[in-house]
Amino acid sequence: MDMKVAKKLGLKERYTMMTRDLAWDTTYQPMDKVFPQVTYEGIKIHDWDKWEDPFRLTMDAYWKYQAEKERKLYAILDAFNQNNGHLSVTDARYINVLKLFLGSTPPLELMAGRGFSMVGRQMVGAGPRVACMMQAVDEYRHCQTQIHSISNYNKFYSGLSEFAHQQSRMWYLADGKSFFDDAITAGPFEFMVAIGFAFEYVLTNILFVPFISGAAYNGDMAAMTVGFSAQSDEARHMTLGLECIKFMLEQDPDNLPIVQRWIDKWTWRGTRKLASVGMMMDYMLPKRIMSFKEAWEIYFEENGGALFKDLARYGVTVPKCFPQTIEEKEHITHQSWIGFYMKPDAMSFHTWSPSPEELDWLSEKYPNTFDKYYRPVYEHWAKMEKAGKRFNNKTQPMNCQVCVTTVKYNEPGDPMTTCFRESIYKGEKYHFCSDHCKEIFEHEPEKYIQTFITSHQVLQGKCEPEGVDTDAPDFKPGSHMMEYWRLDPDVQGDFNGSLDQKNFAAWRELATKN
Amino acid sequence: MSNAFIAFQKNDETRCIVEAIVEDNPGAIVVDQPAMVKVDVPGKLVIRRSTVEEKMGREFDLQELQLHLITISGHLDETDDEFTLSWQG
Amino acid sequence: MTMDLRTITIQPLRQTFGHLARRMGADKPASRYMEGTMDLQPVENFHYRPTWDAEHDIFDPRLTRIVMKDWYALKDPRQFYYGAWVLARGRMQETAGADFDLADEQGLAAGYSAEGKQLVNKVLLPLRHVAWASNINNSFVSAYGYGIAIAQAAAYASMDQLGIAQYITRLAISFEEIDALNEAKTAWLNAPEWQGLRRWVEDQMVMQDWFELFVAQNFVLEGLLYPLVYEKFNAKLNAAYGPVVTMLTRFQREWYAENAKWVDTVLKAAAAESPENKAVLAEWVHNAKQRSIEALTPVAEIAFGADANSIMELLVGQINARAIKAGIGA
Repeated sequence: MDMKVAKKLGLKERYTMMTRDLAWDTTYQPMDKVFPQVTYEGIKIHDWDKWEDPFRLTMDAYWKYQAEKERKLYAILDAFNQNNGHLSVTDARYINVLKLFLGSTPPLELMAGRGFSMVGRQMVGAGPRVACMMQAVDEYRHCQTQIHSISNYNKFYSGLSEFAHQQSRMWYLADGKSFFDDAITAGPFEFMVAIGFAFEYVLTNILFVPFISGAAYNGDMAAMTVGFSAQSDEARHMTLGLECIKFMLEQDPDNLPIVQRWIDKWTWRGTRKLASVGMMMDYMLPKRIMSFKEAWEIYFEENGGALFKDLARYGVTVPKCFPQTIEEKEHITHQSWIGFYMKPDAMSFHTWSPSPEELDWLSEKYPNTFDKYYRPVYEHWAKMEKAGKRFNNKTQPMNCQVCVTTVKYNEPGDPMTTCFRESIYKGEKYHFCSDHCKEIFEHEPEKYIQTFITSHQVLQGKCEPEGVDTDAPDFKPGSHMMEYWRLDPDVQGDFNGSLDQKNFAAWRELATKN
Repeated sequence: MSNAFIAFQKNDETRCIVEAIVEDNPGAIVVDQPAMVKVDVPGKLVIRRSTVEEKMGREFDLQELQLHLITISGHLDETDDEFTLSWQG
Repeated sequence: MTMDLRTITIQPLRQTFGHLARRMGADKPASRYMEGTMDLQPVENFHYRPTWDAEHDIFDPRLTRIVMKDWYALKDPRQFYYGAWVLARGRMQETAGADFDLADEQGLAAGYSAEGKQLVNKVLLPLRHVAWASNINNSFVSAYGYGIAIAQAAAYASMDQLGIAQYITRLAISFEEIDALNEAKTAWLNAPEWQGLRRWVEDQMVMQDWFELFVAQNFVLEGLLYPLVYEKFNAKLNAAYGPVVTMLTRFQREWYAENAKWVDTVLKAAAAESPENKAVLAEWVHNAKQRSIEALTPVAEIAFGADANSIMELLVGQINARAIKAGIGA
């Protein structure tokens, strides 16, 4: 571009000319028919032009930088695959991180993409519309680069090949699915708070920064490259989420209570969703970079704290769940791993007992809780395993009606008691894992009575593989779960003794000998 | 005062950017982690195009930061010459 | 311990993901396009109905009259997953950027004749709002379309259209005609010759069937507009005032040729599915054609005066030929 003119215009002016000047208020069709979703949630917007664009990328710049990122990324992926990079990871246990990640993350990135396409269509202002649409295509990027980076692992290891099929069927993937289904079925502004703000700004750092740093530390160049490259888009996404919150709060004081309720709700829902990420950090990475608790302190308490201190000028208060999450950071990863360890036959990744050195690391990182509550459980299980009786719980779990996770977390202030809550709605009893989930339910019961809970649906014959006659006289609900899930037999059972363990050792052996 | 921060993938370009941040932001704390580098500054973090250009010995468009960013914290303001992250309160 | 990982050959346990092997009928390596597209959209066990449309599921095949056994039959012949798309656009923007830089440095645009500029301002500049409408309409398809094959391609198309709106804007900046952008917007909002087109794109913005919108916007309207402006009008400018505009609209021309392949392939797959689909598509094409001809004729008149009708007839012939080739009939 002509420097003289470019200078005259400046980044902000030029960007305005390139985006919002393109838009107009429709007159042949009324604006509220063209954009029908922006009022029903109760958010009041008086002037869409007050939206501040944080990053000002025109499409040519976007294509330029994103193409450069993709060129680098796929070059590294190709090299990693050509050189059998999967054998350079620290330990075959690490690959289970990828199994859980592939099942839970790319499908949710895709939901984020679809959600941002919807919101990008529905927002009235050109500024937020363009930012949302850009985020939508970024989310396709994340979904696809994640699949592409793990595709080569699928050729050599169990438990990865049916992720697309399992995304809507696997019991332990239902929490993430319900999170995104919940957000996408809400209105456009709530979606922005749920995904743009609570997830992207407050929580996504926990998912990517220490976790991907952990992948690097464990020799997984492919996951590291994909993860960090995705994060380079995240910075843009975070600013969109934050801008949207500020915009709503600045537009009308009546928006505050609505926004605050959404912040409370979605920070809590996100926190629950992240328990399994914490579990990966504390238990599944053979070489650990920091504990979940430490990551939580840096990225949630400090960074989130700074954010909420800043937003206080609008009257926003820290999410209601904040104190409970601080208490829980000492517990949830242990409770999650224990929960998964107990189900070796019903998951698409392996679990195992932590080694003695790993138990010591956990004691050091969790001095207040680990030795007191969790070490004895693991030591007991190690003994059982030695005696040839690895623990295997075959009973159906109880699930929370809102977050869908197995009810397994403790009563606030009492780590020895599991927290149960219930609520009666139209004569039916519903169960919850916490006060926060119960409160979310009670605010919108008509929404949350719809939650698809596998353990309930199984009993009604709704979780059967194609071809099963549910009207047959000898039909027994839930007797074909392995086929319904398409669960690979090789991924069932403990990591110790698994096909992955044997193959990895044999292949490494090949690589170190002539 | 809350910290504003920025994190980059570690490479030769970001080495220059981090040097520029340290020079322009007294109180900057650099934290090294596997494959990434994070810089914290109390209150406000500024990246100046001119300083980065000096370190790199070439022209630099602040939008190139897009290529290396991992995460940020703080309200963002971006002009042709400065990239600023800040917290109030 | 040193490892030479490169030299060892190990036998893979499988070649691809289960859903792709079932699709291909064999366990063989799949393309990155397939890995990033097929069967990824959830189709079952949705937790909640949308609060904005309680009659439907989050993704619902009933949102269009088109019926497909397999929605992934609506494949993109360009095989655009994000990486492939962004690399293709990255190359195109590099060329376009160099063209704009050259025009600016050499004063080519500034030296364009005043008469030519005036014609460009009148015909080309309001079209950035049409591109913006196409961006909105394609974002509707990407939001509510069924299956990732169509949804992702529409998402990319909507960003492409934003890029096109920005390239038109940049052309005006190169021509140092920033005030003309405002005049063009005023014309778009008020001048009688643009109101038919504005009415038509606004009507598209409230279409409820995403596939009908896809047909109306991408096949019919663009199928007439792009040849009209970027071929015919461009050729006229080229002959009369030199090639600068040709240079600064290269992106649009290349883009249209490539995008039309995608649009035609999608229509062909949908029409081949059933006689019912074919009939619905024919009805949509027919309706959109009438509206588009009405809307574009006054624009063609600004560009070509008395020749407008004959040029429009020629272009309608081209659309009819494409429709026949796609198996819809004219």
